[in-house]
Amino acid sequence: MADQPRIALFVTCLVDLIRPRIGFAALATLEAAGCDVVVPEAQTCCGQPALNSGDRKTAEKMARRNIALLEGYDAVVVPSGSCAATMRVHYPEILEHDAKWLPRARALAAKTYEILAYLDEVRGWRPDDVALPATATYHDSCSGLRELGIKRQPRRLLGAVEGLSLKPLAGEETCCGFGGTFCVKYPAISNAIVGEKAAAIDAAQADLLLSGDLGCLMNMAGKLHREGSAVRAFHTVEVLAGMGDGPAIGEDA
Amino acid sequence: MSAHEPQAAFKTRAAAALHDPILKIAVERTAGTAEAKRAVAVEAFPDFEAARTRAAAIKDHVVANLGHYLEQFEANAVAAGAVVHWARTSQEACDIVIGLCRQAGAKSVARSKSMLGEEIGLPHALAEAGIARVETDLAEHIIQLSGERPSHIIWPAMHKTREQVSELFRRSHRDPHAEETIAAMAESARRHLREGMLSADVGISGANFLVADSGAVCTVTNEGNAELSLVPPRLQIVTAGIEKIVPSMGHAVHLLRLLARSATGAALTQYTTFYTGPKRESDRDGPEEMHIVLVDNGRTAMREEGLAEMLRCIRCGACMNHCVVFRQIGGHAYGGTYPGPMGAVLTPAIDGLAKTRDLPNACTLNGKCQEVCPVNIPLPTLLRGWREKSWREGLEPKATRAGIDLWAWFAQRPKLYRAATATALKSLRAMGRGGWLRKVPMAGGWTRYRDLPKPAAESFMAQYRKGRRR
Repeated sequence: MADQPRIALFVTCLVDLIRPRIGFAALATLEAAGCDVVVPEAQTCCGQPALNSGDRKTAEKMARRNIALLEGYDAVVVPSGSCAATMRVHYPEILEHDAKWLPRARALAAKTYEILAYLDEVRGWRPDDVALPATATYHDSCSGLRELGIKRQPRRLLGAVEGLSLKPLAGEETCCGFGGTFCVKYPAISNAIVGEKAAAIDAAQADLLLSGDLGCLMNMAGKLHREGSAVRAFHTVEVLAGMGDGPAIGEDA
Repeated sequence: MSAHEPQAAFKTRAAAALHDPILKIAVERTAGTAEAKRAVAVEAFPDFEAARTRAAAIKDHVVANLGHYLEQFEANAVAAGAVVHWARTSQEACDIVIGLCRQAGAKSVARSKSMLGEEIGLPHALAEAGIARVETDLAEHIIQLSGERPSHIIWPAMHKTREQVSELFRRSHRDPHAEETIAAMAESARRHLREGMLSADVGISGANFLVADSGAVCTVTNEGNAELSLVPPRLQIVTAGIEKIVPSMGHAVHLLRLLARSATGAALTQYTTFYTGPKRESDRDGPEEMHIVLVDNGRTAMREEGLAEMLRCIRCGACMNHCVVFRQIGGHAYGGTYPGPMGAVLTPAIDGLAKTRDLPNACTLNGKCQEVCPVNIPLPTLLRGWREKSWREGLEPKATRAGIDLWAWFAQRPKLYRAATATALKSLRAMGRGGWLRKVPMAGGWTRYRDLPKPAAESFMAQYRKGRRR
């Protein structure tokens, strides 16, 4: 790894459209961690909606498109476990039959990282002089946890935020019921799952809910708000960038 | 499948389940306890991960060499005095069993719970043939009394609370329990079942393992009902899926250690019995005849059609116990013999994808099922495989296809994508007060139950282009 790696920030479609703050927080932390960050202009989506809906052809097209777009950088960093896993785990799987693209898919996979894993494990970075006097509870989003092994990284990083204390969340590794298109294809089942998750979050009695995937956060925060909970939700990287004192999800007017 | 509910109405069945508060209590009691006990058992197991890797390797080896081991099993079972039958389909399997019962002039059979028996529709076939059936597993007995189908592969009556079972026994047993305790209820069932077990003409069971190098059949139960069903009658019939084969007793024992822990958190089931052939001259008891019906029913096809890993399954139920969807809707909503994640993979193979496409879709792909699977079946990958087949075959709803097509068209044209999303952001923002949207047309699936954070006024890409840094 070069001293100042030239990395591509792939912000993901949800962050781009719903909460750009997470993208700017990613940018700030990566630069603080000594990276030369480029935001490739032509990025849109990783292709996960097609992949998980069974539209394999479109998923493959999106994979080839993103490989061509992103393979020229030292690393690709993504502020989402499930989008990073799509690139890291699933691109090589779905292009396995394609002799021309498979080596390129594998090469991209090898240098694609979820942002918290990248900051912690690759850059050995810690937030410096970031304070947030609050209590928070942490939900481990499933793709990051099970496909990328992200568990300790966010906790190590958050441990360096002054004044922030983590409270345990019962069932922290239990799916929140988002599941991408699942939550709109089977809304009643999804609602039952996120209803239990919201109750567990409330029972944790923390000021903040933190996680690493905006999809899951929108689902949990949306349910918490509907139920009248006072818990406020942020992406972990926002807190790490010192932006945890700003508007939480749903507080942007 | 003979006794199956219509498949088209998954969402209707799921909705009914979601509105049943008693079901939720029942499922949580059993699955919640199992989850906690499994976690303790796995924690205490020296290197569980290595054990499951070995278990997967054993099953993969057998599945890749199925013909070899099945022939070895047949030769050894026959040498031990058993008769081996081969059934390609559920119909053939039932015909063989009914034929054997008729030959023996059987009026009643004692049956020890077997999911394969459910899969091939054996209870229904016996009823059609006018043969009385005594279900000897306590939970299957409950199911038989209530005229239902199993809702879980380990606890067929897990959808019922003990309070409901108490009421059922009071209605159905000749000499029901007086006290409202679990022990008294179990006694009531014992009194009711003993007679049927001991007077049955035929004993029928499934198999947890078929041991190739000895021709032995292994059953595991916690109630001893397999032994009591199979040993007293003159005729013993075992129906087993061909994937139940293992090379040797040692392999069976390795899988047993994982099976019990994964299912209930126990180190071993109360009763683990290996049956090798019928009664020998030196034996004091046992059946005069032992028949083993080896059933394919789509398994060979699964091996050829990308579902070979599913044949690793040892039917422990851990995937469903840990599944967020199963925990909400229970087993009946799935509509097949097998519920939960493993059922969502198996049912389309058994009942056809056209009627069951909801099952692989009604999953968040969170990966917990694979994490707890004792033979590491890549269930999310297999479920995604069914989704791909459903897409290719045009079984997915038109609205889903149109949505994905539209999104994909834009996602491959960044300039148009920016323009279109900018417009969409504006109109979405116009719908809300404050930071939240409470109702969004076309997104009712979301906003019926949750608020939607109002999207950004300008996308990240637009703001970034203008030079914003934070």
